[in-house]
Amino acid sequence: MRRTVGALVAAFVLIGSSPALAAGEAAVPPSMKWTFDGLFGSFDRAALRRGFQVYTEVCSACHSLRLVHYRNLTEIGFSEDQVKAIAAEVEVTDGPDAEGEMFDRPGLPSDRFVSPFPNDNAARAANNGALPPDLSLVTKSRIGGPNYIHGLMVGYRDAPDDMEMSEGMEYNMYFPGHQIAMAAPLSDELVEYTDGTEATVPQMAKDVTNFLVWAAEPELEERKRMGVKVVLFLLLLTGMLFAVKRAVWSNVPH
Amino acid sequence: MTQPWMKNRLVQWVDYRLPMFSFMEKELIDYPTPRNLSYWWNFGSLAGIVLVIMIVTGIVLAMHYTPHVDYAFDSVERIMRDVNYGWLIRYIHTNGGSAFFIIVYIHIFRGLYYGSYKSPREILWILGVIILLCMMATAFMGYVLPWGQMSFWGATVITNLFSAVPIVGDIIVTWLWGGFTVDNPTLNRFYSLHYLMPFVIVGVVALHMISLHQHGSNNPLGIDAKGPQDKIPFHPYYTVKDMFGLCAFLTIFAGFVFFAPNFFGEPENYIPADPLVTPPHIVPEWYFLPYYAILRSITFDIWFLSAKLIGVVLMFGSILILFLVPWLDRSPVRSARYRPIYKQLFWVLVIDCLVLGWVGGNPPEGIFVVIGQIATLYYFAHFLVLLPLLSFIETPRPLPTSIAEPVLGGSGGPPAAAEQPMEKAQ
Repeated sequence: MRRTVGALVAAFVLIGSSPALAAGEAAVPPSMKWTFDGLFGSFDRAALRRGFQVYTEVCSACHSLRLVHYRNLTEIGFSEDQVKAIAAEVEVTDGPDAEGEMFDRPGLPSDRFVSPFPNDNAARAANNGALPPDLSLVTKSRIGGPNYIHGLMVGYRDAPDDMEMSEGMEYNMYFPGHQIAMAAPLSDELVEYTDGTEATVPQMAKDVTNFLVWAAEPELEERKRMGVKVVLFLLLLTGMLFAVKRAVWSNVPH
Repeated sequence: MTQPWMKNRLVQWVDYRLPMFSFMEKELIDYPTPRNLSYWWNFGSLAGIVLVIMIVTGIVLAMHYTPHVDYAFDSVERIMRDVNYGWLIRYIHTNGGSAFFIIVYIHIFRGLYYGSYKSPREILWILGVIILLCMMATAFMGYVLPWGQMSFWGATVITNLFSAVPIVGDIIVTWLWGGFTVDNPTLNRFYSLHYLMPFVIVGVVALHMISLHQHGSNNPLGIDAKGPQDKIPFHPYYTVKDMFGLCAFLTIFAGFVFFAPNFFGEPENYIPADPLVTPPHIVPEWYFLPYYAILRSITFDIWFLSAKLIGVVLMFGSILILFLVPWLDRSPVRSARYRPIYKQLFWVLVIDCLVLGWVGGNPPEGIFVVIGQIATLYYFAHFLVLLPLLSFIETPRPLPTSIAEPVLGGSGGPPAAAEQPMEKAQ
């Protein structure tokens, strides 16, 4: 009996301390204030466009965004002509044509974002054997979501002296295991923002995270807008049905 | 009472040939129901409605989904991004799966607490356990369809369990897979069966309903109705109560669908399946975690029986044992309200199942192994030792003479008492 109680106590101590255990593996990234959080959350359009610029000029050298179409960019405030111009800057392999030949043409709004490498093997070959993951769903597919992606961008440090790093690996305090194949992607003034915002590392990290959350959940705003209406309607209906239920049951002792 | 529309000549003409109207009147309107059902009795009809929601959203999803290893993941994302309100339909379907299990688990524990499995409702209970098994198969196969990392590795781990069967294990696994690994044939058959199983569930639910209506619902007192004063017609009393419960449920459900749609999911499943990369922790969906804990609690061989085989047998046994509950519990008293010891053991069992779920979600290391083993042992001890023993050592409290007695006072009172305005007992 005493042993059982001991085991139970140990269990509860363990529940309480498990975050600390996790912290030993990789630090918990700081919780940021995001405009898209909360019941009424929405995207900061200017941040999305700056984030798109960071993705295009920095991330897209190695990371694909294969589930997003250029046409989707109208949702973050680009005009149709701007989207046509953005899409036209990339080369898309199309075909076969009437002669059976594949050919390159400028991109169209209906194209998906063109990936930097033709296949995974090419991506690994160019990146020291590591595969840069597709970013279309990255904020949904990592524990910690946007906070983790943001933390990863700002979490590069010098490795502790007692840690032996493998060749070509960088130290990142928020990456599980701390050894990450991606070199610190951001540095101050790496991009030149057109809206005059100063391109500091934390600013770019926040902007690109905003953009990637939109890329992963383009329905987020519509979902929350609709959710508020649906829940309000259901609350009202539930309240009314409760009143009806009480009225119907008022002559039945139970 | 005869409904006014039953006098309509067209209704009578149809009813004479196909008695659908008299059936509705008998089973949905007049159907005599105990007057004292609590809100715990809402969860049966709620489960039925969620089943319909799952089938309707599932059929729409199937119109846009492609069951092929190269296209499955992308077709799901196409639903999320390009199909009109596809995100809504998919989020209702994925969260609906979790809601279905929450509701059914509450429904099952309600049955255990109030002894709803006892004579004459043994077959009703058995049909319910069959529904649970069908639901588990359906949910497992459905989780494979998006072909994310957890889909693939969950399917690999669970189908591999059958390799524990002596001699023919590997042959069975190859047969299940339709190949030598989880691959396109596996995805195709899972899709086919995932579409089929809900209709099997509908069939068993129909039998469940027929069996229920034979003797009517059990009730919180666990005693049989003694006369008409103990029962009220289903409509409007329980139709309105079920409607209220449904809307309350939908409000909470909408909260998850619209504001935390991935709360019950694994982030890992938004990474496309990759047979060459094993995720750090392979965990099933939350509703399978207790069984997963039981499976992994066996870390030792016994004679020629491998730990894996015993784990698999115990995992399936943890559900199959429910079939025997009507005969393991020998107490003549149904409701735990009048069973002082059983009432406490019931809550210990609830906690035990929660502990098993918690252990199942953690890696099988250190203290979790020990806790999982204790909780597994207790789970089986509850059904195989404590429940049979209890009927000998427990003295039940005295039962009321009728359902109406505690609310109307005296020994039941005349039927007219139901019509008089009286102070509510609750």
